[in-house]
Amino acid sequence: MAIEFSAADWVAIGLTLRLASVVTLLLLVIGTPIAWWLARTQSWLKGPVAAVVALPLILPPTVLGFYLLLAMGPNGPIGQFTQWLGLGTLPFTFWGLVVASVFYSMPFVVQPIQNAIEALGNRPLEVAATLRAGSLDTFFHVVVPLAKPGFVSAAILGFAHTVGEFGVILMIGGNIPGETRVISVQIYDHVEALEYTQAHWLSGAMVLFSFVVLAALYIFQQQKNKP
Amino acid sequence: MNPETINAQFQLALAGRGETFQLDVDLTLPGQGVTALFGQSGSGKTTLLRCMAGLQKVRNGQLWVKGECWQQPNFFLPTHKRPLGYVFQESSLFAHLSARGNIEFALKRAQQKPDRHSFDQTIELMGIGHLMDRYPSQLSGGERQRIAIARALLIQPKLLLMDEPLASLDFHRKNEILPYLERLRRETDIPIIYVSHSANEVSRLADFIVVIQQGKAIAQGPLAEVLANVDLPIKLGEDTGVVVTGAVVERDTNWHLIRVAFAGGELWVRDDGDEVGASVRIRVLARDVSLAQAPHHDTSIVNILQGTLETVIQDAHPAMVLSQVRVGDTLITARTTRRSLDHLNLREGDKAWVQIKSVAVVR
Repeated sequence: MAIEFSAADWVAIGLTLRLASVVTLLLLVIGTPIAWWLARTQSWLKGPVAAVVALPLILPPTVLGFYLLLAMGPNGPIGQFTQWLGLGTLPFTFWGLVVASVFYSMPFVVQPIQNAIEALGNRPLEVAATLRAGSLDTFFHVVVPLAKPGFVSAAILGFAHTVGEFGVILMIGGNIPGETRVISVQIYDHVEALEYTQAHWLSGAMVLFSFVVLAALYIFQQQKNKP
Repeated sequence: MNPETINAQFQLALAGRGETFQLDVDLTLPGQGVTALFGQSGSGKTTLLRCMAGLQKVRNGQLWVKGECWQQPNFFLPTHKRPLGYVFQESSLFAHLSARGNIEFALKRAQQKPDRHSFDQTIELMGIGHLMDRYPSQLSGGERQRIAIARALLIQPKLLLMDEPLASLDFHRKNEILPYLERLRRETDIPIIYVSHSANEVSRLADFIVVIQQGKAIAQGPLAEVLANVDLPIKLGEDTGVVVTGAVVERDTNWHLIRVAFAGGELWVRDDGDEVGASVRIRVLARDVSLAQAPHHDTSIVNILQGTLETVIQDAHPAMVLSQVRVGDTLITARTTRRSLDHLNLREGDKAWVQIKSVAVVR
């Protein structure tokens, strides 16, 4: 039996992978300093900031999507900023999805990195300082290699979670082929149109993808924990 | 500031569980040799060392190292800009790098790189040539510490700070590393500050000693002087004893003994291979020294010296006293029961014979 993805399915798959890749890269850049700060700070702000980062874990995606839609709209702060930059407004565009997904997948990237940095403790940083390594030098040549399992887990979870988004996408992006219609929305469309065979193919592919990703992650973590 | 010394002045209050810990020191330490910061755990010696490294930031502290300012009010040289080497208590090797990678990490960032010869010499000194391609997880605790010491030495620091480098090791590993440290003491001219709570380690390694108690320096001076001071408020217990430095003057190959001359007399000690003419350090523990009014020759004790009883003080247990006997220019401490001293009718100022049951060459 041949794989029966339609041309529209392939567009949705391509768009989803592009979205997840961009979001994962952005999250590694944005999430790492946040994770670093959360892992090292003694400030009373740690609790509130950690809670904000973790909010998407428990909020209904519609709530997050609703507020982001307002914020990115013509009168919202993000919308004002993007208009000032001459970029127009973000809702119903690919980059709107990127911004929304960055918020939505943030805890999946921040928490593994934060845990890995916390597990390192102070000692390697102190050792690096006594060996003449400055802060950035220490970060790239001591912290990143020692916390690598945390960064790998963060990238895998961030990517996989973005692939699996639905609610936030529907709120922010709607359903524009090639722009905002990702796999999960495409499946929704198939089901609405009673195209169950198509829906089966895409859903089955998602189940397989998620299983392979998670299995790879857990096997990787298991091997890292061996002495 | 004096270009020959290390001047450290730190005041710090750390809030702990229940009580606050205070560190308050103003020290002038020699700019060469091994200086021991000696005290019980919790006395503040590691905190002081961390202050000197800049790992513990103290406001209004002052630190001058041989004429260079590392810290004073309104100036703080960050740790990574201080030309120091630091050996931590437990393994501090980067787990993601091999032994060679760890050493190269340090060399890459060093202001001054060692030439081929001194590189090889240090690797040989620490005996780690065969370990260079192994990762920290494949090394024993002692091997890891030797690599950490080599890593700290190879960046040619102006000051080497060592925080109980042997404390995390068992008895055998300690004895595996001590000879390397003794060689280090003889073969390097980098000043070393060595934190320890072990009288044995300090006796073997230190030239100068600072005794730290509850965050304050309660005694300091050349090793032999401070150890011979029986009034020291810190009780060494079974470790009470003196250190005598002398030279090997004769080897008796028949009995495997060497004769060591020191300021005050001579001692026969076990021959551990020291050359005639070599300078050796001998540790005489108070518990191995007994007193007599006259020299006895019908005894197995070989080393019997004449001296003058100078001071007698109470030891920790009410039955015991510590007596300080001057033999020539050297003070020897003896631990006896108060009753024995009373039976011998010995008083301060009397002539007395010290009988030394055993001595240990600590080199």
